Amino acid sequence: MISGMPTFTREEIKHLGDLARIALTDQEADRLKGELNVIADSITKVQEVAGDDVPPTANPIPLEAYLRPDEAEEPLTQEAALSGAPVTESGMFVAPRILGEE
Amino acid sequence: MSAQEELVKHSASDMAAQLRSGQVSSRELVQAHLDVIEAAEPSIDAFLQVSADQALEQADAFDQRLAHEGAEGLPELAGVPIAIKDMIVTEGIPTTAASKILEGWVPPYDATVIKKLKAAGMPILGKTNLDEFAQGSSTEHSAFKTTHNPWDTERVPGGSGGGSASAVGAFEAPLALGTDTGGSIRQPGSLTGTVGVKPTYGGVSRFGAIAMASSLDQIGPVSRSVLDAALLQEVIGGYDRRDSTSIPKPVPPLAQAARQGQKRDLKGLKVGLVKELGGEGYQPGVEARFNEAVSLLESMGAEVVQVSCPHFPYALAAYYIIMPSEVSSNLARYDGMRYGLRVMPPEGVPQTAANMMAATREAGFGDEVKRRIILGIYALSAGYYDAWYGSAQKVRTLVIRDFEKAFEQADVLVSPTSPTTAFRFGEKMDDPLAMYLNDVATIPANLAGTPAMSIPAGLSDDGLPVGFQFFAPQMRDEVMYRPAAALEAALEEQWGGPISKKLSTPWLDGLAQDSTK
Amino acid sequence: MAEKLMKYADAVAKYDPVFGLEVHVELCTNTKLFCPAHIEFGGEPNTQLTPVSLGLPGSLPVVNKTAIDYAVKLGLALHCKVNEWSQFARKNYFYPDMPRDYQISQYDKPLNGEGYLDVELDDGSIFRVPIERAHVEDDAGKNTHVGGADGRIEGADHSLVDYNRAGVPLVEIVTKPIEGAGARTPEVAGAYVRAIRDIVRALGISHARMEQGNMRADVNVSLHAGPDAPLGTRSETKNVNTFKGIEKTLTYEIRRQAALLESGGEVLQETRHWDESTQTTAGGRVKTDANDYRYFPDPDLVMVHVTKDHIEELKAQMPEMPRERRARLKKEWDFTDRQMQDAVNADAVDLIEDTVKAGATAAGARKWWLGEISREANTRGVSLQELPISAQDVADVEQLIADGKLNDKLAKQTVSGVLAGEGKPAEVVKKHGYQVVSDDGALDAAVDQALKDNPDIVAKLKGGNMKPMGAIIGAVMRATKGQADAKAVSKIVMERIAKS
Ligand SMILES: [Mg+2]
Ligand SMILES: [Zn+2]
Repeated sequence: MISGMPTFTREEIKHLGDLARIALTDQEADRLKGELNVIADSITKVQEVAGDDVPPTANPIPLEAYLRPDEAEEPLTQEAALSGAPVTESGMFVAPRILGEE
Repeated sequence: MSAQEELVKHSASDMAAQLRSGQVSSRELVQAHLDVIEAAEPSIDAFLQVSADQALEQADAFDQRLAHEGAEGLPELAGVPIAIKDMIVTEGIPTTAASKILEGWVPPYDATVIKKLKAAGMPILGKTNLDEFAQGSSTEHSAFKTTHNPWDTERVPGGSGGGSASAVGAFEAPLALGTDTGGSIRQPGSLTGTVGVKPTYGGVSRFGAIAMASSLDQIGPVSRSVLDAALLQEVIGGYDRRDSTSIPKPVPPLAQAARQGQKRDLKGLKVGLVKELGGEGYQPGVEARFNEAVSLLESMGAEVVQVSCPHFPYALAAYYIIMPSEVSSNLARYDGMRYGLRVMPPEGVPQTAANMMAATREAGFGDEVKRRIILGIYALSAGYYDAWYGSAQKVRTLVIRDFEKAFEQADVLVSPTSPTTAFRFGEKMDDPLAMYLNDVATIPANLAGTPAMSIPAGLSDDGLPVGFQFFAPQMRDEVMYRPAAALEAALEEQWGGPISKKLSTPWLDGLAQDSTK
Repeated sequence: MAEKLMKYADAVAKYDPVFGLEVHVELCTNTKLFCPAHIEFGGEPNTQLTPVSLGLPGSLPVVNKTAIDYAVKLGLALHCKVNEWSQFARKNYFYPDMPRDYQISQYDKPLNGEGYLDVELDDGSIFRVPIERAHVEDDAGKNTHVGGADGRIEGADHSLVDYNRAGVPLVEIVTKPIEGAGARTPEVAGAYVRAIRDIVRALGISHARMEQGNMRADVNVSLHAGPDAPLGTRSETKNVNTFKGIEKTLTYEIRRQAALLESGGEVLQETRHWDESTQTTAGGRVKTDANDYRYFPDPDLVMVHVTKDHIEELKAQMPEMPRERRARLKKEWDFTDRQMQDAVNADAVDLIEDTVKAGATAAGARKWWLGEISREANTRGVSLQELPISAQDVADVEQLIADGKLNDKLAKQTVSGVLAGEGKPAEVVKKHGYQVVSDDGALDAAVDQALKDNPDIVAKLKGGNMKPMGAIIGAVMRATKGQADAKAVSKIVMERIAKS
């Protein structure tokens, strides 16, 4: 399964910037375009050995989840929870205008 | 040599012994290191934050405890101070990950390892510099400062944990914690002539370690001796129910293995040279020191065999898919809502939440972090998941299998830690690919979750330290501590003392001649 | 902006709706899915947080065992294949109410796989809803929009975020595309969501209060011209949180899409919202890459293992399911279909059952709960459960009647007293001096007087015509101000007549 080597255009980089919520400048997008093309080129190499018969590993140590008992512990105080917030109001975090659904 | 200078040049275990015999107090130890920090920082710049008051308080508390209750039940390193990579959260001490996006954040909680250090009465000297969010191999990507290599202050200390490595190398701290995702403890260890250990994945709790790439990250010790690293790993290691990837087993007997190693008897031990980690791209001086060290191992009775790990050449590529993918998700939370930086969009752009997040992240992240996030977003995107992330996870399986096969032939595997010695500032900054190659020998252990460590193997022809890497099987960390301590002892005999004896420390010259003791 | 709609009957005559529901059920665990913060509805904002649920750097999730057990029980109730091994995955998207800017959900390895739920429609017929999966995930916080009209997102100046709800465990039950419901599509959807509510309540795993957002549904629907015709573009209406809203969303969307298709227009693949005030759905953003959530296994979590044995253990704890239970109770109580349906609709099944358990007859319990007490609940606009009368109270009243201590009229007055907050039935009886006149002297005298006043009736009774007995009883009642026991009265009358 060797898919074509990706080549990034400025528009694609800008689009990835949107998905990443990073307002990349044109200059940055152009620079990233060049760098990512080189990096992507070198890492498509993984496809050479990733055969269908090889199972993927998500976690290097095979463990099963510890399931914790449903017992409450002391929560953060409201003050501590809000302590790092850039802007707060009435015990809540302030978000600028939210437009629509995500 | 001033009394402080003499004091700080001891190993941590020697300091611990002096504490117990009453020769020195924890306050004196902390004060001596604070003095060194003050003297050294102008030329080293290892610290982002020095927590002098807290450290002295902790030292006093330990001294009192020792006076009243004795050392019963405390770990050997109790009372010895330590520096913490600023990737680990510390309650009440600003934690930044060397990023503008977290500047000024004061965590309301302690990482599990910090809780353990506090319980052990080990004062925290401060927070050390790193590449932003641990992304880099030179510490040049810190948003705040550049850390200098004590062996040559014109050169990088490696990264991302250059701050911890330089602090320990320059005697600003006897011990430090690092985090290792692709070599960030071991490679700086190699470049600064210090010991750096990446424990088995899950051997040390990650709770409170700011995530870079969760399936690869591991906290580990930075020290100037193998025994110190073993003692420190015993303090911070063990099962933690707050980390679902923590291994539900006790820490193996590491210090015991190190002490056994110091006897320099390696009869019956099989050492595997990894064929794929050497040769092209490795500096001749690095290879020379490596080969000499291998001969030393042999001279102590070890049997040396060659092993092949045919998929290691794919490890770097797999790493540069898995790591950025996880980075892109782990760093999403820095969005200007709950902590850290908020930047509103420029005039003319709608002042919405989404645009605020984009403006915050544009202003708050450095180039390398942005590069990795964008790459990771791409690798996880619909249509590319199988080709990229999926394939990389398969390579991970292959690397694990390579290790398993190799460990059928040898008890430990060895390689140079880094292909080169410390490079000059700026040398690799414009070439990400060249920078990434620094980690070619360290990355396989992160992909496979195996423990690995770097110890000094001597100086290259350029007078800079070379690192020697040991790998052990998963959950068998003690297996590498024995030959590492043996090699260290053999080398130190040749050198007439630890490698740091060869280090000139002009920054210590200014230390007051009349010390507190 | 009024959209063109087709008449519903015409729309479903012409087009086949295919719909799907994604129902989110909040589990009523003590603590959150991934951290030990206590959960409480309506607490002070941002007081139910640990570093984990606030998404602080360095924090890590740890799975709540009870949440998994609850979700397995729900899976079993929905006849799902419960997977012994399941995995949490990250669903990546940015939103201010998500502390990590990704949701921890399940993707290709959900806890519960395929299943189905048989739902009973109004006419008693059964419709089988096919289920794709029922996976576990965590909830987001809550935004309050400030500065705009009535707290709506449009025109708001900024939003306030309370993360208390962030991390509350959810099970998302996803149906397969549901076909063949035709004109009954809204009815099937409503019955399905009500059935889920009844199930989660029976299991005790959710408060299932729609008004508190414990249950929310995403409603997808598309139309096609017939079973073999290609499927149209579907719309997705998010977070509908009333049963009626779900039904109305489907009715509205079927009418809207039919009108669009009829006029040669195009249905957009978009997210819509049900607007209770206008009773319409409104278009949201057209989906472009919104579906690119970049799912991948959460590297902070490892596989969840629910052993076969544990699944069996949970199975053994399963209570009887609501539909089966209703069938059984209907038989036990000897109710007609209609009577049982009324009890279900009034949400009185549990109350009747408890009343019966407390000693009353089923008919007696039904009479009170669906009669006097239901009327009072309607008047007050509250549920039966919220009234200050318990199953035990009703059973006590019934007992007083059986003991001949109260007659019907006094019993009603006693119940009214309890509902008015005057206390337990015995207290109300005592307070008002409600008492059936059974003191023989007084009753005998009243009967004798009534017989004396009505010689014609006495003659009829003597002649064996018992019909006018009521008149005598009525007279005695009047004389005793309603406190006579009718049975006792007729007994004395019979004695007198026999003697004379
Ligand atoms: Mg959904
Ligand atoms: Zn969901």
